[in-house]
This record gives sequence, structure tokens and C-alpha cells, in this order.
Amino acid sequence: MLDDKDRIFTNIYGQEPWSLEYARKRGDWNNTKDIIAKGRDWVIEEMKKSGLRGRGGAGFPTGMKWSFMPKQSDKPCYLVINADESEPGTCKDRDILRNEPHKLLEGALIAGFAIGANRCYIYIRGEFCNEGSTVVKAIEEAYANGLLGKNAAGSGWDYDVVLHRGGGAYICGEETALIESIEGKKGQPRNKPPFPAAAGLYSCPTTINNVETISCAPAIMRRGGEWFSKIGPNEKNTGTKLFCISGHVNQPCNVEEAMGIPLKELIEKHAGGVRGGWDNVLAIIPGGSSTPLLPKEICDTVTMDFDSLRAVQSGLGTAGVIVMDKSTDIVYAIARLSYFYMHESCGQCTPCREGTGWMWRTMQRLVKGHAELEEIDMLLEVSKQIEGHTICAHGDASAWPIQGLMRHFRPEVERRILEYRKMAA
Amino acid sequence: MPKLKINDTEIEVAQGTSILQAAEMLGYEIPRFCYHDKLSVPANCRMCLVEVKGAPKPVASCAMAAGENMEVFTGTEMVHKARKGVMEFLLINHPLDCPICDQGGECDLQDQAVGYGYDRSRYYESKRAVKDKELGPLVKTVMTRCIQCTRCVRFADEIAGTPDLGLLNRGEDAEIGTLVEKMIGSELSGNLVDVCPVGALTNKPYAFKARSWELRKTETIDVHDAVGSNIRVDARGGEVMRVLPRLHEEINEEWTNDRSRYAIDGLKKGRLDTPYVRNAKTGKLEKASWEKALETIAVKIAQTDKNKIAALAGDLCDVESVVALKDILDNLGTPHRDCRIDGAHFDASTRSGYIFNTGIANIEQADCILLVGTNPRVEATLVNARIRKTWLEKRLPVGLIGEPADLTYKHTYIGVGPDSLQALASGQHSFAEKIKNAKNPVMIVGMGVFQRADGLALHAQLHDFAEKMGFVKDGWNGFNILHTEAGRVGALDVGFTPATNGMDFAHIVEGTENGKVDVLFLLNADFARALGDNAFVIYQGHHGDSSAAHADVILPGAAYTEKEATYVNMEGRAQIAKRAVYAPGEAREDWKILRALSTALGKPLPYDDLGTLRQRIAKEFPHIASPDVRVVAPWKQFGQAGAVKMEPFHNAVRNFYKTNVITKASAVMTACVEKFLSKNDERKAA
Repeated sequence: MLDDKDRIFTNIYGQEPWSLEYARKRGDWNNTKDIIAKGRDWVIEEMKKSGLRGRGGAGFPTGMKWSFMPKQSDKPCYLVINADESEPGTCKDRDILRNEPHKLLEGALIAGFAIGANRCYIYIRGEFCNEGSTVVKAIEEAYANGLLGKNAAGSGWDYDVVLHRGGGAYICGEETALIESIEGKKGQPRNKPPFPAAAGLYSCPTTINNVETISCAPAIMRRGGEWFSKIGPNEKNTGTKLFCISGHVNQPCNVEEAMGIPLKELIEKHAGGVRGGWDNVLAIIPGGSSTPLLPKEICDTVTMDFDSLRAVQSGLGTAGVIVMDKSTDIVYAIARLSYFYMHESCGQCTPCREGTGWMWRTMQRLVKGHAELEEIDMLLEVSKQIEGHTICAHGDASAWPIQGLMRHFRPEVERRILEYRKMAA
Repeated sequence: MPKLKINDTEIEVAQGTSILQAAEMLGYEIPRFCYHDKLSVPANCRMCLVEVKGAPKPVASCAMAAGENMEVFTGTEMVHKARKGVMEFLLINHPLDCPICDQGGECDLQDQAVGYGYDRSRYYESKRAVKDKELGPLVKTVMTRCIQCTRCVRFADEIAGTPDLGLLNRGEDAEIGTLVEKMIGSELSGNLVDVCPVGALTNKPYAFKARSWELRKTETIDVHDAVGSNIRVDARGGEVMRVLPRLHEEINEEWTNDRSRYAIDGLKKGRLDTPYVRNAKTGKLEKASWEKALETIAVKIAQTDKNKIAALAGDLCDVESVVALKDILDNLGTPHRDCRIDGAHFDASTRSGYIFNTGIANIEQADCILLVGTNPRVEATLVNARIRKTWLEKRLPVGLIGEPADLTYKHTYIGVGPDSLQALASGQHSFAEKIKNAKNPVMIVGMGVFQRADGLALHAQLHDFAEKMGFVKDGWNGFNILHTEAGRVGALDVGFTPATNGMDFAHIVEGTENGKVDVLFLLNADFARALGDNAFVIYQGHHGDSSAAHADVILPGAAYTEKEATYVNMEGRAQIAKRAVYAPGEAREDWKILRALSTALGKPLPYDDLGTLRQRIAKEFPHIASPDVRVVAPWKQFGQAGAVKMEPFHNAVRNFYKTNVITKASAVMTACVEKFLSKNDERKAA
């Protein structure tokens, strides 16, 4: 379990006001200029040492991402912070935005400096109306106190932060769709290559990071990358992580824990246990709606980090843990996710546009069992036809929940089909 | 120059070549829907997926640049599966209405479904239906068939410059449309039909008329403007069913404008299909035999003072008939002839003074463009498209003198008339700086500039202006005249202008009133100016338009789809039109009529077939003998010094949809005028 002294997000529950005055008491903006004075390479090196992997879901090493930015560029470089948190089951960034905005802004300055950007855009989900207002106020506070703007925080680095409110489309959380959206276009993911580090926002070198990733940066810089890398089970899965626990637990919550904590411990210790006891678990989605669900046998022992979850054919994703007890209609639950992915598909590439609707319709019938047994395999094949054939990962995300369902609950789906057949006869 | 292997064959390609292009060079077919050579690459249809060694997922070959040492496979199990999957997805919501779809038989979706898809459907749900859009009288929509490839959106945005279309909504509900319901206000809208890989956008006037495999395809030349677009005329029996553009990179690329594509219904209306002779007693035109018509002319000409015979050649004349007419006039010994029936005054003695010297394709080399008295968007849509393409690529400065216009690209408006030219020449206007700094400046002068009394003086002034401003220099000729009529440059090239002591157009028309012209021969010459009653008028042409009504004898000729004929485009490029169908009734190819007339006049022309006539033309005008070669002209003095009035320039073409007799007879073009030009639009009147 994570020691209190190792916590990064000390105000994640908002016991104290978010304002600069209190944020400073918690240690934010403490000698930021000293960190910057150590230079760009030092910051990136420290970030690499920390082993921090992107907290937005894909888990790409942040230090490496920063190092992709050109050291010298004719064009301006940009930092874009992805605050378009829309993955069902995930609500960590929201709490950072409303309770720890200064952590984010300080991180934005450090990260911006590290990648050579003088301007940062925070793209916030449209529905986060109040959170957006909080961030705007925090930005104003920071400007008023010389922490942003010309010579930000006395560091000699000019830095502007702009908040951009999104329109509420899930797909705009995909980094290139987010860029399109900031540019004023329809949120549709771009082809890669070119990657944003080469041609991103307004065709300029751009780094896009998740809110949590950026907010970790100040603590890592102050305490050293080594401190961060020592938390967690191994050098590839390091640090602390905000877990969002929702569903059939007694106390749904956001909690900062060490990477690699056993799933069972996480739920029992922080979320007050599963409704009706651990044995009442039917399945758990470990990392936000797109990661395949895990049945109880796996949940008993699995630890929460990128690689061990991958080993059980799921993923850490955004660490949005969705707990489902035995009262859950598991097929319906996944069908509901299929509906979500159909609804949020941007519609530009064929497999995702056409396939997500197909999958949802088939899933709907499977809920009742109004289908043929062969259709299970057909559905899986359709999901494979989508997965990996699209521009962005939305296609993959729509396929995984169904693949997970069939992997672990196929007998339940088959039972419904047979039962429906009997009833109809 | 990356070297890569495709299916184990090595190839070296230019930097930036996509895998798809590289594979095509090696002859490997890669299916695609959204990718189009001339449009940007969205890579959204996912049909062109290929396997690249080392990549975990199949790669969209249209968007991935070929890289050094890449190993690409286009025929592996992974690729076949990916294609089958995408094909299945495309078809699940595509209606099974191929039998009633106009795209049937020439549909990319049909062809590729056969080539790459499954042979049966596994989709048991209901198919999606999409509401049709009203895009006007030219493009028919059946949006349920749409596969959201967005080619049409990109065409409208990029080539046409009218960003009206978009992909609305998202996911399954994504559909092509205009946000606020509106029609496509582009002169290139017909190309949407061509770029659409399925039957979502089809040719509205052609709807349900024919199947592609029933049509006889003839590759020929368009005459609705002076661009000389390469087209394919599809005919069934004696009827022209539709017109499609054909690829010519130096002229029209693969586009054509709406006039040339949709005015063809005018070929079937108001046609002259038999000779007519005016009955002296009743004053009415009566049907006559060819013998009677030619005899009547011969008798009249025999009675007439040869100096009182004149001839005018019109806008749709081919080179062969103009030469034949000129030979007849020379035999008669009359110097009165002209081809500038719009009343333009310019010096026709120097070729570089009246052609588009730079060449249409070379516009792309320009780094500054000055438009004088022209709106190329309506006068030569594809020249405008070429300017837009260049502008998109380099954002070069474009200046406009004349009537203000929406040209589809950003431009500096300099002024209305000749005073703006002087302001540029004296450096008063800031645009002069841009011209002087340019390496390859181009100026394009509209025919409207010369359609005024001081045209000749302006011609001279423009010559000096071009030299002074550096439009013409060693190795670069940026002086261009933008003609609007297909027959004009050819007629000028063969010298169908007043000979020594000859009268020009204005004087000939006046002559019919004041007795200086007793016999007037009109070869395809239709104009609004009234003719005097006393002159004997012979009209040879294919439509019974305004000029035919004045005629005393009418000789029915052939339209451009009905004859083998040479046309010279504005660049001075001779191209040969082919016969797609036969002329209706008694109508004959124009040069043959003139050959027969020469016999009736007692001095037969020395050619009995087209070959001999062409040899005769080649002898005197060798540059016309080599088709599809842009023959450049040496830069010389032209024009005539004189006073220039400071009046504003007016454009030669105001109403895009009604320019010549064919468009005037076309009901489709009339519908376009009604739909696209607003009620109070002054363009409508012209």
C-alpha cells in the first residue's frame, strides 16, 4: 500500500480549497524556476528515469515522448493537455481539474519547457463545465502571480496556457482528433504518420499528454525520477496511479495507489469491498470500458499494472475499475458498451462506422438469446475485422469488450440462445 | 529515393511516393475507394490495406509513404482478409439496387465487391436509409448508396473551391450533405458524378436513359469554351447520351465543366435538318433540296458585285470549314471577312498577341498572376481550376482588374479599367511590386477588354505593359489572351480576318444596312446584332438561332459531335474532334457543304476528301497539321497606338450557362439559369 508521504495528489478529495494559496501550502509552485534552471535535458532525463507511462490509457513512456520533440524547430512547438476524459468508468482527471488545477498548471510549465513549447492548450471535455471554470480561474490566478505569461514563475521561460472547451465528443479524446477539434475542424482522427511530434497542432511539433501524466511531473522533478521509479512492481510499471473504482462496490471512489496493487486489495481497502462480499463478484473491467472484462478467478489474483493486466488479455487503460456483481446482466452490460462505441464512432473509416453498429445490433439480440449459435463466432470475426483496421484505436476499443465477454462468458451467451430457442418452440 | 520491395520485386521511387503508387508502378492492383489521384488522402475507406513487414497491423497503402528497405506484400492472407472485411462492411448498409442504379456496370463498388469481397452476406439486420439531397438540376443523389468516401467533399473543397459539402453527423449516421440545404454553386459540379465511386451521385439529366455497356464511346474535343477539354462522347444509336471528361494533363486534367457535360440536350433541339430557301413572294422560309439551295446562292452571287460579298465565321467553326470558306472568298476575290463576331478589336496579325502563350499547364509555374478584364471561372472554368490549384500549392498573389468576382481563391482587387493598368505600370499600386519581384509572372487578358472601340489601342498598350512589367522575358512568356470561343483561334490562325481593304465585323453588319454588302455568308455565326433587310443572307449552321431567322438561304451543318474536324484551343493547340453520331436529316459536315457550293459557283475547290483538305491546310498552316502540339509563337509587336478611354472593363461572358447556340437550345442549361443564378442577377440577362 502507498505511504501517505508518497502521495502526489494530496488534495484529490478536495478537503482544502484548490486556490493558489492552498496549493502553495501543499507544495505546488515551490521553486519551479529551480527545476527549469536545471535545463531541458535534465527534465527529460529525469522523466525517463521515473519510468512514468502515459496515464491516458495507451501507457506510452512519457520521457520518450518528450524526447521525440525537435530540439530546434523553425515552427513553434505546442503542448496539448488532453482533459477530454470521457472513457466510461474513468473520473480521475476530473478530480485533478477541480481540486488540483495548480498541479496541472505547474506540470504544464515544466512539460512545456521540456519540449520547447511556449504555449499550451488544455482541451477540456465540454461536459466539464464547472471544472473548466475552475481551471480558467486557476490560470488567471497563475497569471496574476507571475507563474504563467512572460518569464513564467521567474524561470525566464515565456509560457501561455489556454483552455479550450470541447463539444463533448468521445473521439476528441483521441490525440489527433483533439488537434483537429482545437483547429476548429470536425473531430476526426488523423492518419499517422506524420506523428504529432513532427506535425501536430497547426502542422507544428506537438506533444499531447493526459492531465494525470502532466500533473505527476512536478512531483517527479522535485523528488527525483528515482523516487517515482521505486514505487511499483518493476521498472516498467512505476509510480503512483489514480484508480477510479465504480460499480457494485460499497464506496465508489478515486484513490491514488501504488502501481501493481492487487485488484482485490484495491477494492477491499479503498472501496469498502464489493457489494455482498468478494465472492459476489461476477466480473471486473479493470481499465475503463474499452478493456476486456476479467472474471472473478482472474480478479482474485491479478495485480493492477500495465503488463500483468496485459498478460491476462486485458489492460490497465485509464485504471477505471468497473465492478460488476452477480446481479449484473453481463451480456446487456457489454451490449450497452457496444452502443456507446457505436454512438461515439466518428464515422470516417469504414470498419468502425459500419462494424460498431453491426456489433451492437447483434449484441442486442444476444441479450435476449434471439440468435443462432454460429453468430457468436461471426460476431467475434466481425470484431476482428474492425480491430487493427482503422485509423485510430476506437475500432479496437469497440471490439475488445465483446472479445472479453466471449472469452470468459461464452457459456452464458450460448445458454441464452438455447433457452430462447426452447421458449420459442 | 527510397528503395523498397513489393511482393519481392524491388523498386526505387521518388521521395514521398505512397506505397499504393509504387505498387501501381509495378502493376500490382490495389483496390481503393477514397483515394483519388488528384485529391487529398484521407485514408478512410481502408480498402487499400497492405501488409508491411514489421508493422503489427495492416497499413493503409494510400497514405503511407514508401520508405527505405520497406517490404510490402499485397497478396497475403492478412491482406485478403482485411479487404474482405472492409468490403463486407461497405456492403452491409449498401442497398441491393444495382439493377436500377445508373452507376451499374461502371461502379467501383460493384467491381471491387466481385474482385475482393465475400460471395454472400452475413448481415441479418435492417439496412440504413439516408435522405436524398437536392443538389440542383445536374447532380442526382441517392444517398443511401453513399459509402462516405468523401471524394465529393474533397473535390468541392479542393478543386472546385466551393466548400459546400461536408460529412455531417458521426458514426453510422454520418452522411454527405450541405449543412444548410443548398445546391452546389460550382461550374464543375458534374465532376462530382465522376469522382463518386458508387451510385450516390449520378448524372441527373442522364438518369435512367442508358446503361454504360450500351453506349458507343467516342474520344473527342469539347467546344463550349476555348480550353479544348478532352472529352468522351457516349452515344447510343443516333443520340448523344452523355459527355465525360478524359484525361489530358496539359489541358483539363480529368475534369470538365458543367456546360460541356450537360448542354448536350441542346444538340437535339432546334436543329436545322434540311436546307431552306426564302420564298420571294410570301417572304417565308420554305424547305428546299440541296440542289435548289445551292442553285439559289449561285444565281444570287453571279448577279452581285464581288466587292459587295462578305462572310463571317462564328464561334463554333472548325478549321476545315473556315479554310474552305476562305478559299471560296479568295476565288470570288472579296476581302470582306471576319471571325470576331463579338465585335472584338485586336491585332490578329501577330500570333503571340492573341493566344494563351504560357500554356494552361504552365500556369502551375507562375508565381504571380494578373487577371485583366476576365472572370476565368465562367470564361474558362478549367483555367480557373488550374489557377486555384497553383494558388492552393503556393498561395501566390493574384490581382484582378475588371469586374469584381468570386474566383474561388484569394485575390487582390486592383481596379475596374485601363487606369488600373497605368497605376500598376507607374508603380502607384502596391501589386506592381509583386509582379516585378516574380520570376514567372502571368497576365491573363479577357476577350471583354477588346470588345470596345479602343480595343486595338488597348492591345498595343497591353503589349508594352507586358514588356515593362516583366511578363515577357527571356525563356518566359506570361502574356495570355483568354478566348471564350472554340472556333476563334483556329479562324485567326488561318487568317479569317479582313484582307487588304476588307471590312471587319462591325462594318460588314453596317454594310447590310447601308448597301455596301449585298450578299452575306454566315458560317455558324450567331450574334444578336440585327442585319439590314436588303442584304441576301446565307446561313450555314446547325441551330435555327437568331441569325438563321434573317437568312434567305439556310444550309444545315453538323454540330461538333457530328463531324471530323480540327479545333485550335486558346493555347494554339490543334486537336481533332471525332464524329460520334451522324448529323440529323439532310444536314452535312460543313466543309462538304462548302465544297459543294464551290462547284455550284463554278469554281470547284481542289479537294474531294478530308485528307486532301487537311494536306492543303498543312501546306499553308503547318502548325495546325500536328494535332495536340502546343505551337508557341515568337513575341513581336502588336496592336496599334491610339487613345484609350478610361472606361471600366466588362467581361466577355456573363451567363455561364448560355454562351452559344447549343447551350441556348438546352433545357438543362435553362434549368441551371433558373436554379443557380438568382432572379435579380444581371448575369441572367446576358
